[in-house]
Amino acid sequence: MKMLINVPETVVADALRGMAVAHPELTVDVEHRVIVRRDAPVPGKVGLVSGGGSGHEPLHGGFVGQGMLDAACPGEVFTSPVPDQMVRAAAAVDSGAGVLFIVKNYTGDVLNFDMAAELAEDEGIQVAKVLVNDDVAVTDSLYTAGRRGTGGTLFVEKIAGAAAEEGAPLEQVQSIARQVNQSSRSFGVALSAVSTPAKGSPTFDLPAGELELGIGIHGEPGRERRPMMTAGEIAEVTVDAVLEDLRPQRPVLALVNGMGATPLLELYGFAAEAHRVLAQRNVAVARTLVGNYVTSLDMAGASVTLCQVDEELLRLWDAPVATAGLRWGA
Amino acid sequence: MSEEPSPGPVVDAAFFRRWLVAAAAVIDREADQLTELDSPIGDADHGANMRRGFTAARGAIEKEPPETPGDVLAQTGRHLISTVGGASGPLYGTLLRKAGKALGDSAQVTPEQLRDALKAGVDGVAQLGGAAPGDKTMLDALVPAVEALSFALDKGAGLIDALAAARIAAQEGALATVPLQARKGRASYLGERSIGHQDPGATSSALLLGVLADTAEQSAAGGTG
Repeated sequence: MKMLINVPETVVADALRGMAVAHPELTVDVEHRVIVRRDAPVPGKVGLVSGGGSGHEPLHGGFVGQGMLDAACPGEVFTSPVPDQMVRAAAAVDSGAGVLFIVKNYTGDVLNFDMAAELAEDEGIQVAKVLVNDDVAVTDSLYTAGRRGTGGTLFVEKIAGAAAEEGAPLEQVQSIARQVNQSSRSFGVALSAVSTPAKGSPTFDLPAGELELGIGIHGEPGRERRPMMTAGEIAEVTVDAVLEDLRPQRPVLALVNGMGATPLLELYGFAAEAHRVLAQRNVAVARTLVGNYVTSLDMAGASVTLCQVDEELLRLWDAPVATAGLRWGA
Repeated sequence: MSEEPSPGPVVDAAFFRRWLVAAAAVIDREADQLTELDSPIGDADHGANMRRGFTAARGAIEKEPPETPGDVLAQTGRHLISTVGGASGPLYGTLLRKAGKALGDSAQVTPEQLRDALKAGVDGVAQLGGAAPGDKTMLDALVPAVEALSFALDKGAGLIDALAAARIAAQEGALATVPLQARKGRASYLGERSIGHQDPGATSSALLLGVLADTAEQSAAGGTG
């Protein structure tokens, strides 16, 4: 597998050096692997810190900026960052109003953020946490690590970020973040396997002519395999899997998310099909976002995330945001 | 388990530093194999992460060698937490930190103290990760190894033989994860499809225990005992 890299060991540091040159509005600490808003800590504002394995860009570093995250901690590829990074990020963004850790539900992320929260509190920083677990493909929560955090993370970071930007206190920002997570569900499909730089070849076997339903974002295979389908058929399976679990009573935000290697031309076509299915199921869509936001390196495929919103959540979604990966109204 | 147990190796800070140097070498040698095991049921990075962590820990410990066995283990654990990431970092870090803490300030460790420390470390891993034997995790190598170590010591074996028994139990435990369905960690998302693959974490645990047995043998052979 050809990759546009130097050596696998430096891919994360190399990418951070690139972020630094492209985004002077961010403070990128390449050595300690922390990306921070240049104006942090913003006086009186709750600090939002997230992080996770690299390979999901623009998540999380691309969502640092006004109206979203205050800092992000990138780990190695598909590997949770370490507590030192999170404590450093928390210290950099804490204005005294406290810090919210936004944690995707994976064993490594949970363990490292838990350790970091203890260490940060030892340093006098008030820390609250929210766990994102929106992936409906994991059906058996009792005998697994539980539902994974995927596309819903973008909704949590954007909406909680808007609330924090308006000056909401820590408890309220945490409660809004939880509400967004509870209102969000995702389901993804893969058309090809992912290759990590360390391995240099696909991490699982997906024969030509087949697709994987219920895929995660780390190359972990999903729920089942089927012969390849059309975009319309995939939209039906995907949207129905989400709706079956969410059963929305109000309009939804729709994220039609590319996994990294699927062209926007295909994604927009898939978005049209997803909308068609949602209309047939009588679900009103308030806003639609199409693009590569929560990716899995070079995997081809897509996911659909729906987030049920009331007027307040919709207002916060529409609020200005200025980050490398998401930008409007600012 | 021979005649009269020989005096056995001196288990001091230098012993654990030798263990760490050898462990880093074995992890480095086996890293690709661990990553290979982590591909079908994980995310193909266990070897790379462990190599990064143990290389860093060895470097730090060699630079400023701690003076007690407990400190060598506890500081190694802290370095792993700071460098490995993923679930392996906190889990292996906790294993060594708790074991190190259990050893207290002793300058030399008896076989029974070593057993109790390993047990404390393994209990810490179980508590942090919430897993039990049979869940297809590192505990499937660690728990039988500690049991074998205890059993052998109770029967009057010396440390070298008891650790050799622990090594075998850990290797068998790692192999026995093949038919298991994963219930914790990223492999659990595969459900039944995790069956038929050896757990990478149990495999690296068995490697580390194997190095501990080697270190004891070589320490005795080298006449330090």
